[in-house]
Amino acid sequence: MASEKVQTFTDSNFDEVTKSGVVLVDFWAAWCGPCLQLAPTIDSLADDFDGKVVVGKLNVDENPNIATRFKIRGIPTLLILKDGEVADTVVGRAEKEDLASKLTSQLGALGD
Amino acid sequence: MKEDRHVIIIGSGPAGLTAALYAARANLSPLLIEGLESGGQLMLTTMVENWPGFRDGIMGPDLMTEMRAQAERFGTEIVEGSVTTVQLGQRPFSVSLSDGRTWTAGALIVATGASARWLEIQSDRKLAGHGVSTCATCDGYFFKGRPIAVVGGGDSALEEAIYLTKFASKVTLVHRRDTLRASKIMQDKAFANPKISFIWDSEVADVKDVGKGEVTGIVLRNLKTGVRSEVPLDGVFIAIGHTPNTSLFAGQIDLDPAGYVVTSHGSRTSVPGVFAAGDVQDHVYRQAITAAGSGCMAAIDAERYLESLTAPPVDVVVTQAIESS
Repeated sequence: MASEKVQTFTDSNFDEVTKSGVVLVDFWAAWCGPCLQLAPTIDSLADDFDGKVVVGKLNVDENPNIATRFKIRGIPTLLILKDGEVADTVVGRAEKEDLASKLTSQLGALGD
Repeated sequence: MKEDRHVIIIGSGPAGLTAALYAARANLSPLLIEGLESGGQLMLTTMVENWPGFRDGIMGPDLMTEMRAQAERFGTEIVEGSVTTVQLGQRPFSVSLSDGRTWTAGALIVATGASARWLEIQSDRKLAGHGVSTCATCDGYFFKGRPIAVVGGGDSALEEAIYLTKFASKVTLVHRRDTLRASKIMQDKAFANPKISFIWDSEVADVKDVGKGEVTGIVLRNLKTGVRSEVPLDGVFIAIGHTPNTSLFAGQIDLDPAGYVVTSHGSRTSVPGVFAAGDVQDHVYRQAITAAGSGCMAAIDAERYLESLTAPPVDVVVTQAIESS
């Protein structure tokens, strides 16, 4: 079930929506099977971290500029941004618990 | 101890979902744990042209969506997540997930499949997602107009090489031998493709450049002469086969030296009540249709096993099962 909490990031809105706080970006495309496999995990993280982490998906096919900026060469790739800077990168499918603990640790480091 | 489930199926490729379909239709209300690579290897493919019943082919991910819906329609419960431990030395068997959830079952069907093998060097994994890939359909897009290599000599290597010529400026196929293992039809297609060139008798000794965090080239070693050479390129796609996903079961059920589950008399493993289907127990055929067929066998074997537990023992397998419970 797709979560309404997952935002759609694009080349035009990306900088605005990611400039502050902890943000999880899911680089994906419709023709990428593992991206579809990961989608329920992203949905579930968006629900669990509602109000704490902005979770969004960026379709690399429709938004090549942001994908190029971050040198994305494989999908799914997940970036965890903190105040607009890359704090962590996860390539490929990942367990929900691992991603959740990465997000939690970035939230903990926010006040530093 | 009463079990939570009649049967638990681990894996959600064609083997697992077909086992679920048959078990559900036998009123065993199966629980299927899908694993990290849900849908299995077909999720990494595009058009599947050898699945009977689709004369024009069907997209791999679409086929898996249909199989899943069909298994659910008859009462399969599908759980997201990966199994971290199984206990097969006790009855009922128990299965635990990474988030701590645990179920017990009277019978278990192992359909965990096989995953893409990586090179036996460190740099390929470090550059995964930064130019090294095991999924051409996922990542070919990022190499528009760029030179790349495909490593391997089987059908899947040639299929990837041909697919990648849609994007790449040049595809270099690197193979350890001087002939290909791939089928004649795939070889003819690859040799006829002007964008594909071949480097024979060579292995990838290193992928550069881990320091830069991107692929800038590969170091090749000629296996006949020992001569090393460097080829500058932007991407490396690895298609050198698969490794069965059996680490969960090591020491609990018999595996062959390559790590595949050993089955006999259909889908039976060395532990009565544990059955295996699909690529986890098949290094010979490895087709979607053979995986599905063996999933059906595993479900029928599991159903008969469970029936035998409530009936007087009639054969050796059943006797052993009761003695060890």
